[in-house]
Amino acid sequence: MAVIGVIGAGVMGVGVAQNLAQTGHDVVLVDKDEAILDDALAKIWNNCRMSRFMGGPAVDPDAVLARITTGVGAAAAAKAEIVIENVPEDWDVKREVYAALDAECGPDTVFVVNTSAIPITKVAAVTGRPDRVIGVHFMNPVPAKPTVELIPGYHTSPDTVARTRDLLTAMGKKAVDVKDSCGFISNRISHVFFNEAAYLVYEGVATAEAVDEVFRSCFGHPMGPLETADLIGVDTILYSVEVLYEHYSDSKYRPCPLLRQMTDAGLHGRKTGRGFYNYNG
Amino acid sequence: MSGTAKDNILAFVRGRYPQAEIDESQDIFALGFVNSLFAMELVMFIEKTFGITIPNDELRIDNFRTANSMAELVSRLSLATAA
Repeated sequence: MAVIGVIGAGVMGVGVAQNLAQTGHDVVLVDKDEAILDDALAKIWNNCRMSRFMGGPAVDPDAVLARITTGVGAAAAAKAEIVIENVPEDWDVKREVYAALDAECGPDTVFVVNTSAIPITKVAAVTGRPDRVIGVHFMNPVPAKPTVELIPGYHTSPDTVARTRDLLTAMGKKAVDVKDSCGFISNRISHVFFNEAAYLVYEGVATAEAVDEVFRSCFGHPMGPLETADLIGVDTILYSVEVLYEHYSDSKYRPCPLLRQMTDAGLHGRKTGRGFYNYNG
Repeated sequence: MSGTAKDNILAFVRGRYPQAEIDESQDIFALGFVNSLFAMELVMFIEKTFGITIPNDELRIDNFRTANSMAELVSRLSLATAA
């Protein structure tokens, strides 16, 4: 059976790898060192164990891990039919990773850019296969979220779109079609309110609890923007707002200084134990 | 043992939801604002604090509804480990 490469073993890569393995795909999970990969496998095992408790299906952690192998460096994904890339939303990092993947993978391999912000056409331009590059914006936590944004780039071929759709269907995902544009639908809207919510706290207008309470109780969202920022990662939110700001050169996306300070201070949300809320008890 | 466990667990829950009045027999999931993410944090907290691994068949919301039920779970699993 064809192997799917998952590049980057952070929050999104872990979720994508688990989702693929849970739906019967063989996965090679790739990152830059063994320690990150060991940690990722432990997270996948734990997430599978928790699945039913969290309201999802019962998942056998050992069966999922049996479908996942790991490797260091882009060469580990050389035999993959499709590669799903989940490295940080930092253009310099992405550019380097795509140059390495382009050199290592066969000409037929499709590159799926899992991004919430970076234009797909821009990524495709640094590879020698712009017809085989496509964007999919997965939501977090990946195994629990049934819908993704599907974004063909300027040169993406119909065959690449079809192969990606087939994989998404096999993963249990519904795809919403979006044209290539920085931030697509989701981040163009959500990051304006994440950023503005941070400004309300920064300016002392409201506490994080008050901002989230308005979203939950008045707007009917299941979670407020700041608890969601803690779930996604405050650093990730900042990178995505910066991408929008730089791409559109529009001051409406100016990043809140509080997001920058929290990122520098290591207050990245749930993953570091503290963000807008404290998770250390 | 269970008294200490109960106090530890109550302190953890109260620390995260300071606006709510929570006692040892309060069903925290009935309060409405406790979501599945916090349920997962409770599992992690209990396993780390008490040095136990909660088996899959014990990972049920009923075991985590109140500080009392969580302390009972800890006591039961600690005894099983000791035996």
